[in-house]
Amino acid sequence: MTIDQWLEAAQTDADGRRLTALKPLLETLAGMTKALRAADFNERADGVNMQCGMRNLEFPKRIPHS
Amino acid sequence: MISIEAFGRRLRARELTSEQITTRCLRRIEDENPRLNAFILVMADEAVRQARHADRELASGHDRGALHGVPISIKDILDIRGVPTTAASRVREGHLADRDAPAVAHLRQAGAVFLGKTNLHEFAFGTTNEDSAFGPARNPCDPTRSPGGSSGGSAASVAAGMALASVGSDTGGSIRIPAAACGIVGLKPSFGEVSCDGVVPLSRTLDHVGPLTQTVADASLMYHVLLGGAAAATPAPMPISGLRLAVPRAYFCDLLDDDVRARFESALDRLRAAGAHVGDIEIQHAADIAPVYMHISFADAAAYHATTLQTVPERYTEPVRLRLETARYVLAEDYVRALAGREVLRREVEAALAQHDALLLPALPMPAPPIGASTVAIGRSTEPVRNMMLRLTQLFNMTGHPAISVPMERTSAGLPCGMQFVGCRMQTDALLRVALACELLVRGESSHSTV
Repeated sequence: MTIDQWLEAAQTDADGRRLTALKPLLETLAGMTKALRAADFNERADGVNMQCGMRNLEFPKRIPHS
Repeated sequence: MISIEAFGRRLRARELTSEQITTRCLRRIEDENPRLNAFILVMADEAVRQARHADRELASGHDRGALHGVPISIKDILDIRGVPTTAASRVREGHLADRDAPAVAHLRQAGAVFLGKTNLHEFAFGTTNEDSAFGPARNPCDPTRSPGGSSGGSAASVAAGMALASVGSDTGGSIRIPAAACGIVGLKPSFGEVSCDGVVPLSRTLDHVGPLTQTVADASLMYHVLLGGAAAATPAPMPISGLRLAVPRAYFCDLLDDDVRARFESALDRLRAAGAHVGDIEIQHAADIAPVYMHISFADAAAYHATTLQTVPERYTEPVRLRLETARYVLAEDYVRALAGREVLRREVEAALAQHDALLLPALPMPAPPIGASTVAIGRSTEPVRNMMLRLTQLFNMTGHPAISVPMERTSAGLPCGMQFVGCRMQTDALLRVALACELLVRGESSHSTV
């Protein structure tokens, strides 16, 4: 489901529940979801992965206070 | 109001009793609560009874430690046996706690006196304290302004001298935000250190319990009791000279009120002058913090509230109900994406701390907003209040790192603002030692005015 399809379905559902005041909040959530899906840590099944997969990040060793 | 440390000294020198300080707090509550609405429930008779008991115990040689006889307030989201836990919501009407939350039980065991339960943003799902079944709490520094939230009543009770300290919860900044807005200290320990049992949840993977106090030393005393151990003495401050501090400037310092920025930079200058190394560092995925946080916190809150949203929706305040309803539309696949993002962010904060004793950033990008404001002007831009309130704190709920807000110098309008120190996970004591070392320099004081 694309975000636009999700937003349309969610707003229709909100209308059906007489919660029209939800519409601007759903738009805000849609904007956040768009940003989340665009982040470069997301993985893809076709192997075309982002610059920063989790596997690229090693846990750093803490350097003791000198 | 006197600090916990100073009260303890005077108590043991027989200069002051628990009953005297408790009565003083209750009188202050009587005077100030109609104006500030910080308390939902005042337990005056029970508090005096507890205080007299504490005095009798001490007279007979039984000293329970640093919190013996200390009057404190508790956010009305933690269970105290025998009284309701409202979470500032009509949804909880008829509730009565049959036992103390473990954190409360530890405080009781340590001899603390419970003055009452404090106001909050309904179900802790907000940062201004405006949406409460009991009406908004107000900021003691300017009652037309929010005390921050969600532990707004707790912060107001300490800042106004109605309690020596308080206990709050923090899911996205709900201890540190009101501490900064009201000019006190607020500590979010490492995730999982202080029990969240008996605490109405917002998100079980983001919730933390911690103290709001007048000083860092008092926060340390409260923290150790909340852990369930004996109240340790205040740890020694770390030597400032050679302290390794880092400021994550990109994102975290991009949107700051001019006054807050000026106070922050002045405090950094004083730390440098005292011998601390203050460098810059980057959290590479900082721009993803808000979307990641929103999807995790919303999905968790939606799961907890789904049943009551169906059965008693009218009992929620309208803004909180609408946000919770919105939360129910988060898709599972996006929740999983957010969990992946959280892991990336956690590792980036670990990396940033690998060569530093603490990260430094403001706790709140601007002073407390006026009650009712939905947007706030930051420099030339206008931003939603909610986004701004959470902007600098929510990361560390996701990563679980301990963080503490310490008051900086006030703005030109006389409003408080706070500097946030972030330490290594499960090293809250080390963070407290750093904050103890820096506290007076950050405040811009030669000694505490509150002590």
